[in-house]
Amino acid sequence: MTARTKPLEGELLRIRDEIHGYALEFGLDFHPVRFEVCDYDTINILAAQGGFPNRYPHWRFGMDYDQLSKGYAYGLQKIYEMVINTNPCYAYLLNANHIVDQKIVMAHVYGHADFFKNNAWFSTTDRNMMAVMANHGTKIRRYMERFGQNKVEEFIDRVLSIENLIDVGVLFETQELTRQRDERMKSAAEDIANEADERSSALKSFMRVKERTGKMNEPIAPEQLDLRDKKINSPRDVMFYLLENAPLEEWESDILGILRDEAYYFLPQRLTKIMNEGWASYWHSHIMTNRALKASEIIDYADHHAGVMAMSKQNINPYKIGIELYRDIEYRWNTGRFGKEYNDCEDMVQKHSWNKELGLGRQKIFDVRKTHNDVSFIDEFFTPEFCERQQLFTYKYNPRTGRSEIETRDFVEIKNKLLNQLSNFGSPVIEVESGNYQNRGELLLRHVHRGVDLDFGYASDTLRNLYALWKRPVNITSRQEEQNITLSFDGKEFKQTK
Amino acid sequence: MDHPIKRDHARFRKIVKGRIRDNLRKYVSKGEMPSPKGDGTFKIPMPSIDTPRFKFGDKNQGGMGQGNGEAGDPVDGQEGEGPGQGKEVGNSAGNKELEVDLTLDELASILGEELALPRIEPKGKKAMPSVTNKYTSIGMTGPNSLKHFKRTYREAMKRQIASGSYDFLDPRVIPIKRDFRYRASDAKVEFENSAVVIYMMDVSGSMGDEQKEIVRTESFWINLWLKSQYKDIEVRYIIHDATAKEVDAETFFKTRESGGTLISSALKLCREIIQADYDPSEWNIYPFHFSDGDNWSADDTKLCLEILDQDLLPASNVFCYGQVESRYGSGQFYKDLVSRYGEDDEKVILSKIKNKDAILDSIKDFLGKGK
Repeated sequence: MTARTKPLEGELLRIRDEIHGYALEFGLDFHPVRFEVCDYDTINILAAQGGFPNRYPHWRFGMDYDQLSKGYAYGLQKIYEMVINTNPCYAYLLNANHIVDQKIVMAHVYGHADFFKNNAWFSTTDRNMMAVMANHGTKIRRYMERFGQNKVEEFIDRVLSIENLIDVGVLFETQELTRQRDERMKSAAEDIANEADERSSALKSFMRVKERTGKMNEPIAPEQLDLRDKKINSPRDVMFYLLENAPLEEWESDILGILRDEAYYFLPQRLTKIMNEGWASYWHSHIMTNRALKASEIIDYADHHAGVMAMSKQNINPYKIGIELYRDIEYRWNTGRFGKEYNDCEDMVQKHSWNKELGLGRQKIFDVRKTHNDVSFIDEFFTPEFCERQQLFTYKYNPRTGRSEIETRDFVEIKNKLLNQLSNFGSPVIEVESGNYQNRGELLLRHVHRGVDLDFGYASDTLRNLYALWKRPVNITSRQEEQNITLSFDGKEFKQTK
Repeated sequence: MDHPIKRDHARFRKIVKGRIRDNLRKYVSKGEMPSPKGDGTFKIPMPSIDTPRFKFGDKNQGGMGQGNGEAGDPVDGQEGEGPGQGKEVGNSAGNKELEVDLTLDELASILGEELALPRIEPKGKKAMPSVTNKYTSIGMTGPNSLKHFKRTYREAMKRQIASGSYDFLDPRVIPIKRDFRYRASDAKVEFENSAVVIYMMDVSGSMGDEQKEIVRTESFWINLWLKSQYKDIEVRYIIHDATAKEVDAETFFKTRESGGTLISSALKLCREIIQADYDPSEWNIYPFHFSDGDNWSADDTKLCLEILDQDLLPASNVFCYGQVESRYGSGQFYKDLVSRYGEDDEKVILSKIKNKDAILDSIKDFLGKGK
């Protein structure tokens, strides 16, 4: 694998030094960035594997690779850049890119690297993930050799089915909780001191199971489990709940723990798509137009930049919304267009030419990138003026014409819709309600309904996978067309009760 | 060594083809077959496998966009293409499609790559090189009629910016002589050679619409590939039940007769056509026969084999027989051909086409030998 990418040399190295200098000059603060150059096939591989050169074997990486490769072969899409949240921060450049593209990408990457290091939602991510992912791969490969690829892969498929049932709050686990967990883990670890050399975060889950059962290689019979309703610490972390309470074999628990770790690793990126891309775009634009661009490169730069910022009538482009929002904040804080005095001003002429020359803009956006995620970013800084300037609208499918049509340009509705799409990283909120539903050891989940119904076809199939993990009937309560409804699966058939 | 992802990739392909992990089948949405959209673009569906998750339903919830337009203006391209059909889990969910602007040539080369088809070595005395010009490059000189405006203005803009004469406040771009760019031709050497494809299809009662659809799709791709391999190509169509007649393409795909089946009738007609119009020393000849495998009698089958051995096989590059599975067909003819020629004959290629999904494999059977 190492042969597939190689470090910068010659001209690129010189450019790197130049861009690196500008990034520092503007106050960006990042872990060391290691650029590597590779060909399109390699970048497709890396992208398919979430940026990492080494993952566990699974068909979905092959599927993503298939789609990326085809898209590239038919000239429809091309990955310019790839950067990973690790320390040092790895970034990959495509060897076929123009020099001006490489400059943009480098500047963009320094923006991401700054965001990774400073944004609060990334504060607890494991920066050593390159090695952790590789370890995960080794462990799962070992399980496949032992139990058979189909069996292990099938289990992974089931776990992937609940991969989105995690709790954003866990990213900010309090110190007390972490301490307790560490203690439990420490005592468990002592039992298996002979394997201690291999200990990594990948092993944590394994240790937890070990502690619970005390013996290995034996499934836990359901009746051994404590099925009383107990206080559930983080009900939205369904993955963790199953890890603690489902009758899993040791290798199964280990894999569930591994996949949960990986899901949490990627979670902050899902929470800050707009902010992260906006920030990186803001900086590539700023660095290029103020420092790095040569006159002969302007057209190519403008062409590339316009491509990245293209608006679509069917989707929100996070790069575009992000960069514009940062610029708007910078402008407002430079001119003092915020706070009670500005908001209360009713003289439209005065308001229009409002300028207190505060010059606080740059500092403000650095603060914003530190503390916000997409939801709070939009909630706090998305203004009616901005909404109008960006020509945003919502659309809806019209069954009469068979087409999707513009619905409204009303600010409140647009903002609500945007926030709804972003809340809980776009997934429905699902909580564990009980592990002993109806006093029969059944699992009961609750969908916290916030206006949009679940897709019941998908929900049924997800329940099927959940049943395979829980091994007793599984239920979920939700609302469907204004009615409360419980969907159950008992291993043979589905039942809906209203 | 190859990257391990190639193994993931191979595994994914196997799952899509249903060879392993049968329980994932319901989540597979395939469609490796690009379909023409009529305006020169093709839809290339990407095979994908969906993982079920709790997620929001109701595609009607719509979305958000940016741009101009008023309430009620459509935001998507074609009429009636919007989302909104209630979708069952698995079958069409997660369907990813690429829409690609492709020429038939490009499509053929994609097909060739996908199926790893070897290029055909044409036979025939007429393998004479001929030079054609294709306007695929850009030059500094040329007639005005071939002026490339976009390139010209780009050059002019570059020059003006580099020389500092570009005024951002008054962004006028004026090309001068050395900015002009022209489309230029590249000489391409091609070989004169010609081929004829003769399609024969059993249209007796047992061949239903689904079977015909399979033959139609398959012949589209076969034509596409052969056209990319030969400079001139002719296509002839024969339909038969107990008697055979030559028809045009439209009739070929639409006709449905009833009654019995004498395959020899089609082969005889095919032989006549070849003898009348196509000298085997100058033409590359491809007879394709599609049926559901029912023949009237063992005697007729014997006659068929005789015609094949004595006339058709010596004249053809390769003889292809595709057996479309139908509810009524016995599939006997395939067995007869196998027992005569074996599964791996140089001149006779046999393929069973179970359903639509098997079309690509069958095309690979037919064309994979580079004959």
